[in-house]
Amino acid sequence: MSQMMEAVERRRALHIRRRKTTNTIMLSLTGLLTALALVPLFWIIGYVVVRGGKAINLDFFIHMPTPLGISGGGVLSSIEGTLVLIILAAVFAIPPGVLAAFYAARYPNRPLGVALRFSTDVLSGIPSIVVGVFVYGLMVVPMGHYSGLAGGAALAVIMLPTIIRTTEEMLKLVPGTLREASLGLGAPEWKTSVSVLFPAAANGILTGFLLALARAAGETAPLLMTALGNERFNLGQIVLGGLQNHQSIFVIVGRIINAPVDSLPLALWKYAQQPYPERVEQSWGVALVLMIFVLTINISARVWAQGRARKMRG
Amino acid sequence: MRNQNSTFLGFHRLERWKRFFQHGDRLWQGLIILGSALVFVLMLAVGWMLWSRSAASRTGFGWSFLTPTANANWDPVNDHFQAWPFIYGTLLTSLVAIVVALPIAGGIAIFLAELCPPWLRTPLSWMVELLAAIPSVVYGLWGIFVFLPQVVTPIGNFLGNTLGKTPVLSTLFMGPIPASGASRLAASLILTIMIIPTIAAVTRDVFLAIPTSQREAAKALGSTEWETIWQVLIPYGLSGILGAVILGLGRALGETMAVTMVIGNSIEGSSSLLRPGYTMASLIANEFAEAVSALHTGALIEIGLVLFIMTLLLNMLARFLVWQVARQTPQEGRA
Repeated sequence: MSQMMEAVERRRALHIRRRKTTNTIMLSLTGLLTALALVPLFWIIGYVVVRGGKAINLDFFIHMPTPLGISGGGVLSSIEGTLVLIILAAVFAIPPGVLAAFYAARYPNRPLGVALRFSTDVLSGIPSIVVGVFVYGLMVVPMGHYSGLAGGAALAVIMLPTIIRTTEEMLKLVPGTLREASLGLGAPEWKTSVSVLFPAAANGILTGFLLALARAAGETAPLLMTALGNERFNLGQIVLGGLQNHQSIFVIVGRIINAPVDSLPLALWKYAQQPYPERVEQSWGVALVLMIFVLTINISARVWAQGRARKMRG
Repeated sequence: MRNQNSTFLGFHRLERWKRFFQHGDRLWQGLIILGSALVFVLMLAVGWMLWSRSAASRTGFGWSFLTPTANANWDPVNDHFQAWPFIYGTLLTSLVAIVVALPIAGGIAIFLAELCPPWLRTPLSWMVELLAAIPSVVYGLWGIFVFLPQVVTPIGNFLGNTLGKTPVLSTLFMGPIPASGASRLAASLILTIMIIPTIAAVTRDVFLAIPTSQREAAKALGSTEWETIWQVLIPYGLSGILGAVILGLGRALGETMAVTMVIGNSIEGSSSLLRPGYTMASLIANEFAEAVSALHTGALIEIGLVLFIMTLLLNMLARFLVWQVARQTPQEGRA
């Protein structure tokens, strides 16, 4: 009898030990997997810093690209092109995005509010290359040529969902009492929105814009068929030449936005596939600049957003 | 936010008149309606533009453009196009990426939501999400020069020598992998790294939304930590996790630059994972700006349309699943 009891007891102990072992193994496995997923992050960042650091010098930032096969030169055209694209994208995306976010925060349950939420979701899910094809049909075909304008529009479509979402979140975080106080003092709806809600949420809106910017600045795919790329894009020459020829500001701006432009990710993509070692070296330099730009914006926006959100929740 | 109950004693009429005369309000209303209508119209415009601009290809080739065929034809010179190899490449690389990414991302989510000390949670979450912030072209560059020769080629050789020799699996793992490593396997593995943050973040949020009472009940019945997770939490959040997988799949389908740089861009007959291939997105990236004829452009736009419809359906499904979890879960999450 006692022997049977002992056997049962032993089996139970074995069973418990097995459960505990499984527990330990699986739990440490999750930790290991987390570490494993971070390996590529540090590998990429480290490698890009080391390889890219060698390619970067002052020339890299202030000179135009040299003809193929000749070493030296920089990526000034891409830097200028990126700036043009970002400014255009911001101009296209921020006003409608912020206005739509006001609507979404104010009337989430109206039919248009529901439609807005749905379209924001859909837009954020569209592959960026498809956005490029769309803008090609919308702007490049009617205009008859590739342009920075079309590239900026494509980036704006990509930024729009992020801007709407973060702005809406921030507007919802503004305490209802602030709004009621303003309305109670007799301020009309628009005045309340513009001078109470907007300033209270302004930091958050900026964060949303920065996050969207960080995403758009690294995009290549939609630019392939909109901005196209243009190694000879020279902002200084266009502006100075225009001024010397007494062109009006509109003509100069028109020339800037109507030209095909290069951007850093586009340059990286092209350089990486060329059979010239100095171009490949430069593509690592571009990767470093791009990564520093994108990650700095991304991290600082997050740090800022977290601080703000904590403050506003009280 | 606004008190909608101002209809008391019929004062709403007065109120409405007052509001009508506070000019500025109508303008503001008009502006925000305009802004949101624009976003809605934009979404419709994307669908319509892709539909109308691909008319030539749609009427010219019909369904034979999309259906699976053994010897598909992509011939810009003779204006004959069939998209099956690209659809196959996209589906295969994305599915492999999901299969590899899911256990890793799930492990990360469990670690972040259940196990790691609170002070470590935020920095670790951020680091995982930073993986998603690195531009796609940088992944591609790193892929070509580092990841392919050092990781993919050895794995590919190993798979080709083992699974490639077995009878059934040899269609998928027929070697040899090219010396450069550029192959569908390379694309799948790069995609894996790129979608892990998406799946991990959503799954972590699903875990954080599960009520503490579920964990307490399981522990009170004597479960170990792992049994709680495996037998209680994962079944409870299953549809949310499925939603995360679908979101990740949507991202993988549309990923362009990194895939284009490592997949080898070749329309060869082989269906093997270890051979170079093509995806829909990488085809558009490579050929769009240099398309020869109107029909060529139309065919590329139709491929864009297919991609749009795929991601649209996946996104709707994913939102539906996540929304269902949010609805069935009581409000006492621990986030």
